[in-house]
Amino acid sequence: MRNIWIIWRKEMNSYFVSPIAYLLLTMFGLIFGFFFWNALGYFALMGMESQMRGQMFPMNLNEQVIRPLLSNASVVGLFFIPMITMRLFAEEKRSGTMELLATSPIRDLEVILGKWFAAVTLYACMLLFTALNFAFLFKYGNPDWKPLAIGYLGLLLQAGGLLAIGTFISTLTKNQIIAGAATFGVCLLLWVLEWVSGYETATWAQVLAYMSVITHFESFAKGVLDTKDVIFYLTVIFLGLFFTARSMESLRWRS
Amino acid sequence: MITVKELTKRYARNTAVDHISFEVQKGQIVGFLGPNGAGKTTTMRMLTCFLPPTAGGATVAGFDVLEQPLEVKKRIGYLPESPPLYPEMETGEYLSFVGKLKGLSGAELGKQVDYVCERCAVADVKNKLLGKLSKGYRQRVGLAQAIIHNPDVLILDEPTAGLDPKQINETRELIKGLAGDHTIILSTHILPEVEQTCEQVIIINKGKLVATDSVHNLQNRARGAETVLVEIAGRNGSLEMVAVQSRLQQIAGVSRVQFKTSHGNRNVFEIESQKGFVRGDLARAVVEAGWDLNELRPAAMSLEEIFLQLTGSEAPTEQAATKGAQ
Repeated sequence: MRNIWIIWRKEMNSYFVSPIAYLLLTMFGLIFGFFFWNALGYFALMGMESQMRGQMFPMNLNEQVIRPLLSNASVVGLFFIPMITMRLFAEEKRSGTMELLATSPIRDLEVILGKWFAAVTLYACMLLFTALNFAFLFKYGNPDWKPLAIGYLGLLLQAGGLLAIGTFISTLTKNQIIAGAATFGVCLLLWVLEWVSGYETATWAQVLAYMSVITHFESFAKGVLDTKDVIFYLTVIFLGLFFTARSMESLRWRS
Repeated sequence: MITVKELTKRYARNTAVDHISFEVQKGQIVGFLGPNGAGKTTTMRMLTCFLPPTAGGATVAGFDVLEQPLEVKKRIGYLPESPPLYPEMETGEYLSFVGKLKGLSGAELGKQVDYVCERCAVADVKNKLLGKLSKGYRQRVGLAQAIIHNPDVLILDEPTAGLDPKQINETRELIKGLAGDHTIILSTHILPEVEQTCEQVIIINKGKLVATDSVHNLQNRARGAETVLVEIAGRNGSLEMVAVQSRLQQIAGVSRVQFKTSHGNRNVFEIESQKGFVRGDLARAVVEAGWDLNELRPAAMSLEEIFLQLTGSEAPTEQAATKGAQ
């Protein structure tokens, strides 16, 4: 436990000493801010239209602002996840510090968990920007906080899974660019797999769509906590970290 | 302290380390010698539990590298060929990170960080980024990280590679100073380094153990009888070669006198003696005959020659072999 904490501290330190963390936070804040501004503008327009026609549309902040924004955040996150994980192991392998970690009295699993938790923490920091935006809704409106909390839980779970996959890919190469590009490819694929359900209903299409991370985010965005989806994300996290451990072990036998 | 038995590492196509066995006693400095690619690094990586052996095994401080790697790692300080530094960390921060990794905490951690900074002379760069340090400092920080938890065994992979002569000297002195408290294995392909720092030498070549002995014994073994080089100059102008030869030949114990080279008035003779020490008699004879004695030195066979002889490579082998045989 103590060792996980030591590795976590070290990783957080290197995120925040270098420009990586600030760059990611700024870009994410900027992009999400833009989405928020758009969603709010559209919502305001709808409100005005409903007044001008003299008939009341059902207006709901949770349904019309928060829900699409959470979906947006999950998609934008896909693009940032490779940038968070690509250096985790690739950098250690390139600079030779892997040898330090591997010859210290610390288990592989502790290294992996420390690094993965650090990645999740950085992602959580990015989510803080979204919370900042949502805070305005609570100031001037009256949305329900429970669906929002469940949405955040979903975002974290989804990111946790993708970050675990990214961590695994980072152990496969010394080159950060390769690790980043491969992770991006996998993330993107796991996102678009869902599209097949649009034109095909055969079993294979259903399986493919089920594997898509977006499919499972729908319920969270709605504010519904579905055990099935929680288990899906937990499985992805477990598999990602499991493969990372196997990969680290095989590094020793191969190198 | 370290027992290596039939240690073997095979890769898909080649065998990097081939049934090596040796033992290192507590408190010794052992030089691990071999040409590049001999399997030095691989052996060290197996001792530090970085790589698992294909066959055979090793114990460090009584713990098996395969069965109890965590216990072994607690007792080993390791400096890989390139120091494992994080460029974005400051020296002090880095040392305290490594200390924590090795299980130190609280006041003891602070004490150890200060101690190794002092010991390895990196205290003045404690607040500098590792990425901005010069090669010599990087190497010393690497050494500091290896000894931070006061390990029983230190394994240093080419600790002086890439340093300038002054830094090499400093590093060697540092390593020598560490010897009492730690058992040290250091690998190198620079032979004088072994002569200067180590008590024991393990020579490997192409993954196989070639020789293991003390530096002194190895030199003696290869040298046999003592050989002395004498440089003599005539008082006024020329020197009677034949006269010199016969005069030197008369000294008791001298078995062979051979003219080697001459630069102008300075003539070098190689003298071999059967019974140990003839240098005193030699000097007196030369001076009494009225010649100038410019230089007199034992032509000890350097480790270099022993090494080439043992590993059986390259041209100087022939010369070294004949010398060794006599």
